[in-house]
Parts: sequence; C-alpha cells; structure tokens
Amino acid sequence: MRFGKAGRVVTAVAALGVSALALSACTGDIAANEDVDCTEYEEYGTFDGAEVTIGGTILDLEADRLVESWSDFAQCTGINIEYQGSSEFEAQIAVLAEGGNAPDIGIVPQPGLLARLAEGGWLIPASAEVEANVDEWWSEDWKQYGTYDGTFYAAPLMASIKGYVWYSPTQFEENGWEIPQTLDELTALTEEIAASGEKPWCVGLESGDATGWPATDWIEDWVLRLHGPEVYDQWVTHEIPFNDPRIVEAFDAVGEYIKNDDYVNGGIGDVSTLVTEAFQTAGLPILDGECSLHHQASFYETFWNAEGGDDVVVASDGDVFGFLTPPATAGDPLSVTGGGEFPVAFRDAEEVETVRAFLSSDTWANNRVSLGGVISANTGVDPENASSELLVQSIEILQDPETTFRFDGSDLMPGAVGADSFWRGVVAWVTGQSTQETVDAIESSWPSS
Amino acid sequence: MTTADLLGKILQVVMGLAVFAAIVGLLVFFIDRAPKKGRDYWQLVGFLAPAIILLAIGLIWPAIRTTGLAFLDNSGNFSWDNFIWMFTQPAAIRTLINTVIWVLFVPTLATALGLAYAVFIDKSRGERYYKALVFMPMAISFVGAGIIWRFVYEYRAGEREQIGLLNAIVTGLGGEPVQWLQTDPLNTFLLIVVMIWIQTGFAMVVLSAAIKGIPTEQIEAAQLDGTNAWQRFMNVTVPGIRGSLVVVLTTISIATLKVFDIVRTMTAGNFNTSVVANEMYTQAFRASEVGRGSALAVILFLLVLPIVIYNVNILRKQREIR
Repeated sequence: MRFGKAGRVVTAVAALGVSALALSACTGDIAANEDVDCTEYEEYGTFDGAEVTIGGTILDLEADRLVESWSDFAQCTGINIEYQGSSEFEAQIAVLAEGGNAPDIGIVPQPGLLARLAEGGWLIPASAEVEANVDEWWSEDWKQYGTYDGTFYAAPLMASIKGYVWYSPTQFEENGWEIPQTLDELTALTEEIAASGEKPWCVGLESGDATGWPATDWIEDWVLRLHGPEVYDQWVTHEIPFNDPRIVEAFDAVGEYIKNDDYVNGGIGDVSTLVTEAFQTAGLPILDGECSLHHQASFYETFWNAEGGDDVVVASDGDVFGFLTPPATAGDPLSVTGGGEFPVAFRDAEEVETVRAFLSSDTWANNRVSLGGVISANTGVDPENASSELLVQSIEILQDPETTFRFDGSDLMPGAVGADSFWRGVVAWVTGQSTQETVDAIESSWPSS
Repeated sequence: MTTADLLGKILQVVMGLAVFAAIVGLLVFFIDRAPKKGRDYWQLVGFLAPAIILLAIGLIWPAIRTTGLAFLDNSGNFSWDNFIWMFTQPAAIRTLINTVIWVLFVPTLATALGLAYAVFIDKSRGERYYKALVFMPMAISFVGAGIIWRFVYEYRAGEREQIGLLNAIVTGLGGEPVQWLQTDPLNTFLLIVVMIWIQTGFAMVVLSAAIKGIPTEQIEAAQLDGTNAWQRFMNVTVPGIRGSLVVVLTTISIATLKVFDIVRTMTAGNFNTSVVANEMYTQAFRASEVGRGSALAVILFLLVLPIVIYNVNILRKQREIR
C-alpha cells in the first residue's frame, strides 16, 4: 500500500517532467546576445535575479521596439524587464494601484493621470539620478509635467508633436499652392481649394470609446495660437472657465473648417461622417487626391503605409508631408502642442529606479529613436537618428529653445473633462450642437475639487 | 516567459489545489468530530461559512463601499454632489431616460416575440431547427453582437458603395443612406433591437418548455367548448405559463438594466445613447470620477432590487403551489 502510493508519486513527477520538457520547447528562453558592448551600461551596476515589470498602453510593433530599446541594458545589468501592454491600461491602472497590483513601472501617457495617481499616494518619487537626468536633458516645462504638488515623480519618455497639417507636396506644386504662414493664409488656401470644387479637408474623429479626441487637438492648437500660452495654461488649469469667450472663439475658428460642408469631408461624405470615420484612415484620401489637408499629430506618419512597407513616401518631395499649423500672425514665435509618456514607479526598489534612470538617459532616447517611428524631447537625442525627415524636423522643433511647447490640453485637464466631457462635447458639437451649448456643458462637468 | 517561470506557475497551481483540498478535508474532518451536543448547528456553520465569507468579501462589502464612495467627492469629503450631478446634468438625465426606455421595450418585446414564436412553432415539423435558429444569437457575446450590428447600420456617404446591410437596402430602393447610429432618438431603438435579437431566443426556449407543460386535456376541453385559437391562447395557454412569463420578463429586465457592452461597442454612449451601466464605467474608470460612477452604481442597484425581490417572490409562490 505504502509502496503503491510512492510509485504513484514517482509517476506523477515523471509526467510533470516530460510535460515541462515539451513546454520548454514552446516558451523559448531568450538566448543571450553574445556581442553586446556593456561599457555604456557599466554605470548602472549589475543585479542578480532582479525583475522589473512595466505596464503601458504601447502595443504591437511599438511595444516590440520598446522592448528592443532596453534589451542590451537588461542583459548587461542582469535586470529582467517584463513589459505588458494593454489598451485598457489607463482605465485600470488606478484600480490596480489601489489594490496593490500595479506593475513596478507604469508608462502613463497623461500628466492628468499621473497627478491622480500621485494624489492617491501610490507613486514613488523619482530618484536623484532621474531628476539629474531630467534637469540635464529636458526643458523646465517638461519637468513640470512629471511633477505633482511640488514633488517630481517621473521623467518624460517619448514625445509627439500635434498640429501637423498633412498634405501632398506634388499636389501643392501642380496647383501652385504655398504652405500657409498664418492662420489667415490657411483659411485663404482652404477657400481656394474649395473654390475649385474639391473638399479641402479630410477629418476623422472616430476612435472607439475615445471618439472625438482628434477634434480636441484642433481646439487646443487654435487656443494656443489665437490667445497664447498664458491663456492656454489658465484654460487647462481652470483659472478661466471652459466657456470663456476666448475658448468659444477658438471653437468657432475650428468650426469654420470642420463644421462646413464645403470644406469637409474629402472623399468620405458630409460633416456627419466626421464622427464615424476612423482617425487612422481619415487622411488617406489625400493619396487619391480627394482632399488636400489633414490635421493630425506627427505619429500619423505610421498610418500612411497602413500595410507596412514604404509604398507611400513621406518626405518634403514625396507623396505626403506635413507642415505645422501656422501661427495666428506672421512672425509669431513657433507654438506647438504635443504629447508624451511618463514612466511612474509603484515599487520602491533599487532595480526599479535603475531602470527609470536608464529610461531618462540620452542613451535610451537615442536607442529608441534610432529604432524608428517616435521622437523624444530629450535634448541629448541626435535628430539624425530619427527615422524620417519629418521626425528629424519634429525633434529639432522640440529641442529649439525658442519653441513654445504646451502639452496636449485634454491630457492635463481632470479626467472627467479631458477624457470624457471634452471628447463627447466635440462629438455633439460636430454633429450640430451650438458652440455655446457645448462649452457650457463641458464647463459644468468640471469636477468641483 | 522562461521554462523556469512556467514550471513555477504550474507548481503554484498544484500547490494551491493541494492546500484547498487539505483545508476542505480538515473542515469536513472536524465537522464530523463535532461534539454530539449541537452537532447540527456545527455542521450548518461549517458548510455555510465558506459561502457566507466569500459573499461578504465579494458582494456585501463592495456594495457597502460603493454606497460610501457615492457620497464622497474626489478629495474624500462627504457631499451630495454626485447625486446632484446625476439629476441635473442634461447628459446624465438623458442616460437615466435611456435606461428607462430600454427597460420598457426590451423585456416586453423580447418576451412577446419569443412567446409568439414558441406558440407558432409548437408541435410543428422541424421545431428543433426553428428553435436553434432563434436561439443561436444567445451564443454570441454582447460585444460580438454589437460589432455585427454596427456593420448592419454602417453608413457610407451617397456616392460610395454601401457596406451596411440596412443602408444597402435603403439605397437599393432608391433612398438616401441614413446615419442610423447618429440619428437621435432613433439610434437608441436601433440598439434596443440588438438586445431583443439576443434575448428573444432565451424567452422562446423557456416559454416553449412551459407551453409543453400545459396538460393536453385542458386544451382539448377548451376545444370541445368551441373556442377559437386566439381564445385558447389567451384563456388556457397564457394562464398556464404565467409563472414562466414572469421569470422571463424579470430576468430580461435585469439583463437590460445592466446592459453595457452593446452601447459601448456600438456608439460608446455618444449621440445621446448612453445608459446607466455604460456611464458608470465611463465615469469611474475613464473619467476618474469614482464618486459619480459609484452613485450611478447605487441607482442601478436600487432599480434592480425591486425586480429581483418580485422575481424571488414569484418563484417561492410557484414552489408552494407545487
């Protein structure tokens, strides 16, 4: 009897061993890369069996590139970095943090969310190394976005510039159109294109349950250009109400373009199609000559070749290129809006801070930018490392001390506005609601505390 | 994931199961050895405790906490703001109205259609296949159904080729394509159609089984009395399945009150189509307004409560009759 039991245990263990052997063939332990130059990573020291988990909204190809950007670092320091991307990350991170299940590092794409997490008391302030890196490589503005209530929590990671107007250089040349230097010239150009019987603009606001956000980018660009950075700051911090006449003016200025049946929606339909056209595909009719202008951030570069590859040439002499939404009057300093991510820490450990220090270094920024598709506001980045002419230009704009940079307004506002009523407000506005009604509704949704 | 990780996880699962079995074993062992005096009592406690503890952790405590959160603002102070917001904001009021519309139409229409279908196919040839046909949508998740129907309602501007079934029909008949999901208040009803499409199968199956439970003698007696089909249906069939009807109606009502996936996948609550459950999620998780989300959850709870109580009462009465 006793013997029989032992025999069964042996069988079970053997079975487990066999299945483990079979499974190991599938899991594929990552082979160490032999020829990695570790000299660059010596300053971070080495760790034994340390593990750091990272969560974020970055998915697919971008996630692969992210993992690749730190693979050498991980190998040299011995820190095992696990990245887990989820499109629901923003909605879940606060819940995870409250339950004590947050990843060690969360890549948060909104300063507003960072502030909320900090307010909940879940974040670990950035270490001295991270702060030193930020002081060295980033502008004061950028550092501010990673700060809440006087405490510095996270360095910026990547960046994007919003407010590019994508166009076809060949089409512009054939028609003798000039790149507008002021908002009035942009209006004139729009009128000229419309007069030829074509719809000048392509707009798409559909983005699942985030539908509407591309329109908020328009509004933010116009507020910044029409009224300057001071009003912009007052607007996002609620020092002036959302239904301030100056904001109404910006709405109406944008409405001139996107709520006008003669100006939208090239190749797609009338104004009502704005909210059903996916933002990923909305600009593509430019390639067929069905419209000429498309307002979208620098990351839209990826969408021109939806199937991958490089059939569509993105260059100033190629099939498509972008110019920045011009300033209100000629000669105004360059003002741009943009976005970025912040790796915040939920676990107080040396290896976590080491990873964060690395992510805030110029070494990492250059690594990642060289892999393509993104830019960083890190001044240590060599613009030439960027994967395209447009991204080179974007990095130069971000690094230029003369540029007035402002973070995407809706990302700075409280979630109730920036991730809800503002999006829904512009959807209702585009589909017919008046400007005053829209801004009043958004204003009343602003949380009282 | 490395092999070591995987082995570790498998080991964890095995350990977990072993610990669980050990605890249950011990529990049963001790209950068995309980003192003779009051053994019944010990057994009762022993078997009920795990369920009650889990219920307390998973249901009762969260319910209390949610109610508490509903009365807190974002900085943690007591306030009525969340409820004031709910009953004064036009968008929030619209959400409540939409939920009422859903609860009025979905249970009644789904049950009526299910009943009619069940009656018509009753004892017909190939009944099984007819049943399967209507029951099939039940097998599709709400999200899946939402995506399917979004294609049905898909819109393309006049000159482009229609990929949406409904607009293809409209343009085929020479009409202008319609922005179905943007046309308020039509869009709410178009979303309701999806829910009815899913729930009719459930109603049909339950009611069909109930119809078969009516004694043939009753129907034959009614026939001998010279009643026509409609009179037999109203005076014999319907009273005979009253209990099942109530269960079906209340079950669908509860499902409708918490409808979330359909709205979220099809319109994300835009164009005045939001309902309480969708708004609850949006406020709590996307807008980081946990108080507002909780307040909506409390309202939802209060709305479901009477239906659940009614449902339980009916079930209990039925049992008494039996």
